[in-house]
Amino acid sequence: MEEPNLNYIKEIADGNETFERELIAIIQSEFPMERDAFVKYIEASQLEHAAEMVHKLKHKFNILGLTSTYESAVSLEEELRANNASSIDFFLTILDSLNSQIQEL
Amino acid sequence: MHSIIVDDEGTSRAILSQLIDNNASLDPPIASFSNAIEAIKFLNKQSVELVFLDIHMPGFSGFDFIDTLQNPPKIILTTSDKGFALDAFEYDCIVDYLVKPITQERFDRAVQKALQVSSPSVQPDQNSQKNDLYVNIDRRLVKINIPDIFLIEAKGDYIHIKTETENHLVHATMKKIEEKLPSNLFLKVHRSYIINTTKIVDIEDNSVLIKQDIIPVSRANRPELMRRLNLL
Repeated sequence: MEEPNLNYIKEIADGNETFERELIAIIQSEFPMERDAFVKYIEASQLEHAAEMVHKLKHKFNILGLTSTYESAVSLEEELRANNASSIDFFLTILDSLNSQIQEL
Repeated sequence: MHSIIVDDEGTSRAILSQLIDNNASLDPPIASFSNAIEAIKFLNKQSVELVFLDIHMPGFSGFDFIDTLQNPPKIILTTSDKGFALDAFEYDCIVDYLVKPITQERFDRAVQKALQVSSPSVQPDQNSQKNDLYVNIDRRLVKINIPDIFLIEAKGDYIHIKTETENHLVHATMKKIEEKLPSNLFLKVHRSYIINTTKIVDIEDNSVLIKQDIIPVSRANRPELMRRLNLL
């Protein structure tokens, strides 16, 4: 499984460590909330809303250099919008693993 | 160049703020909004030159946002999806389309484009223009704010325009000035008088008090005047 990296964040921070810390803190705060919202919507069979959460999460995958996870999220978002929730278990495993790694950044 | 950010994700707003800080042509953003409706309220009160706008927001898309604005400023779209690029071409105010994650180099190019495009925000505000009346006085065109006019009185070949702050004697006919005034505000109550109905103090029989002027109301015009009043 891919591991998050800070390459993009460091690139746009351009040496601004305060920004780096603040952005990481925002990601650490938003990621579990979006993960929880995703689970809630899946449990309620509100797949369109679940797709909205995947949309938000996939941007974070990009920021953290998680290229293949991003590609999985793009596919899942499309599937959910087509009312297909068959890939969610795999995605949930990724989210939980990533959340631990993100909290340690 | 002054800008605002409209994006429902805190992560995106923080990144855009940083990209703006790193760009020499942009001032720090005036405001950041997680909610498009709040941004619209802000833009109704204050003009900005550039908006960094997320397309994909819950309940209210970036395109809905643009459609709501009467006079949209320059807009750089930011999105995680490439699929909206064609839609973006439908809007003259959209100067560029940035796909997240946005690099500084790509961001700077978009800002450069925005600087080169003539500003839609410098077009005259249509609403304020509608309130302007220019009259020729001593070969000068003097601007009068129409809602400030409370009375117009015929004086031979001239009309006397009375406003909250000053009076003007202008060479014009009552018919011509009547055509220039919004009919929802102004009413001809007598062949020699047009009044701003919002400035009425009181009405007595066949006269109306406007500020300190008592103006006759002709029998033919009285029904229309009474129809306009919010009578208890």
